[in-house]
Amino acid sequence: MEEKRITLPLTAELAKTLHAGDRVLLTGTIYTSRDAGHKRMCEALARGEKLPFDPTDATIYYVGPTPAKPGQVIGSAGPTTSGRMDAYAPTMMSVGARGMIGKGARLPEVVEAMKKYSGVYFGAIGGAGALLAKCIKKCELIAYEDLGAEALRKLYVEDMPLVVIIDSEGSNLYEEGRAAYLKEAAVKSGK
Amino acid sequence: MREIEVSMLTDVVERLCIAANEHLPSDVKEAIRTCRACEDGEIAKGVLDNIIENFEIADSENVPICQDTGMACVFLEIGQDVHFTGGDLTDAVNEGVRRGYDKGYLRKSVVKDPIRRGNTGDNTPAMLYTEIVPGEQVKVTVGPKGFGSENMSAIRMFKPSAGLQGIKDFIIETVETAGPNPCPPMVVGVGIGGTFDKAALLAKKALMRPLDSSNPDPYYADLEKEMLGKINQLGIGPQGFGGKTTAIGLNIETLPTHIAGMPCAININCHVTRHKTEVI
Repeated sequence: MEEKRITLPLTAELAKTLHAGDRVLLTGTIYTSRDAGHKRMCEALARGEKLPFDPTDATIYYVGPTPAKPGQVIGSAGPTTSGRMDAYAPTMMSVGARGMIGKGARLPEVVEAMKKYSGVYFGAIGGAGALLAKCIKKCELIAYEDLGAEALRKLYVEDMPLVVIIDSEGSNLYEEGRAAYLKEAAVKSGK
Repeated sequence: MREIEVSMLTDVVERLCIAANEHLPSDVKEAIRTCRACEDGEIAKGVLDNIIENFEIADSENVPICQDTGMACVFLEIGQDVHFTGGDLTDAVNEGVRRGYDKGYLRKSVVKDPIRRGNTGDNTPAMLYTEIVPGEQVKVTVGPKGFGSENMSAIRMFKPSAGLQGIKDFIIETVETAGPNPCPPMVVGVGIGGTFDKAALLAKKALMRPLDSSNPDPYYADLEKEMLGKINQLGIGPQGFGGKTTAIGLNIETLPTHIAGMPCAININCHVTRHKTEVI
């Protein structure tokens, strides 16, 4: 299967061209945030404050990297489990953020928000932190430095290998990929 | 009696924290490669290729395999004829973790309070387990444990009448519920028997046993094979994208238990099932 090369920002138009199961090579600027960062951002929004970055058409990578060794841009940087950000993701989408990169299942309310705001949920390979770090060409700490690995970072990535897990219409690779495999296995075993 | 300076323990723990996070055990690598050779689906094959490439990069460049460098689970099997000198044993282990996570550029993932949070900044304290065994050696194992998979673990206190079928259903149910969250292909550690707490510890210890080994009791060795086979018929597949390889290994550890009970704990790990051992 061919990989789709896409360049950010993730506009609604671009989002609608992506479908669950698409293999994607992503290039552009993304922002990192995970549990504590999301909590702080949503608290800031609730107080009517601005986010540390412009969320319009932004893509957020759920990651807490290891510290960079001398000479490295960033340490190992694979995705963390996205479900812990489910409480915050609809709020983030409501202010313009559209792309999410992580791994693992999402709640129905996140999928509903994705349909409403043309969101896309990408999967990066969990546990492949050394490999994924190779795609990260620039890394800049932009806020919440006190959170250590959970601080907000601005990354520039080139050809980051991702798979579309849930698309803007709500199709879900976790459901479809498994169903397709089981159907094929049943056919093979003659059941 | 043999005297051992606790500073020696600090050095060993430091070394093991770094090595375990950078170099996957050979049995785990072998299991992943074997599963790659059996997969048919394009996405599943692609994922396993990336996972193999990832641990090869970590090996050759001495970088962490995964960014979740875990909580440091430290197991000490201490010979009863050993006398530690020069300081506090727990402090010495934590100092080893502190140095290892600093020098190895490993992520500090520990918060000082479960509800009030707040990073400790040095990945301490270690989760320390000590066991007194015969002899005058100390066997030190460090198994850094990531929480994407730890969060998908489960424990249940069965009635004995639930029997073997109850255990089998619980294993499948736990893996089903885990789904794509623990970074499959996963490793499944099962602890059956003992008390509530011991069952959980058995499950954790099951994850430290090589994947190419079996439970010495043929009854449980067969159960390990059977349940691994059943899990791999679920179709969850690498990363949950669908495929044959949902788990690369399943180990069972057991203990005697009470007439009224049958505790069962399932500790889920990811494909980065890390552990490293040294004997002092």
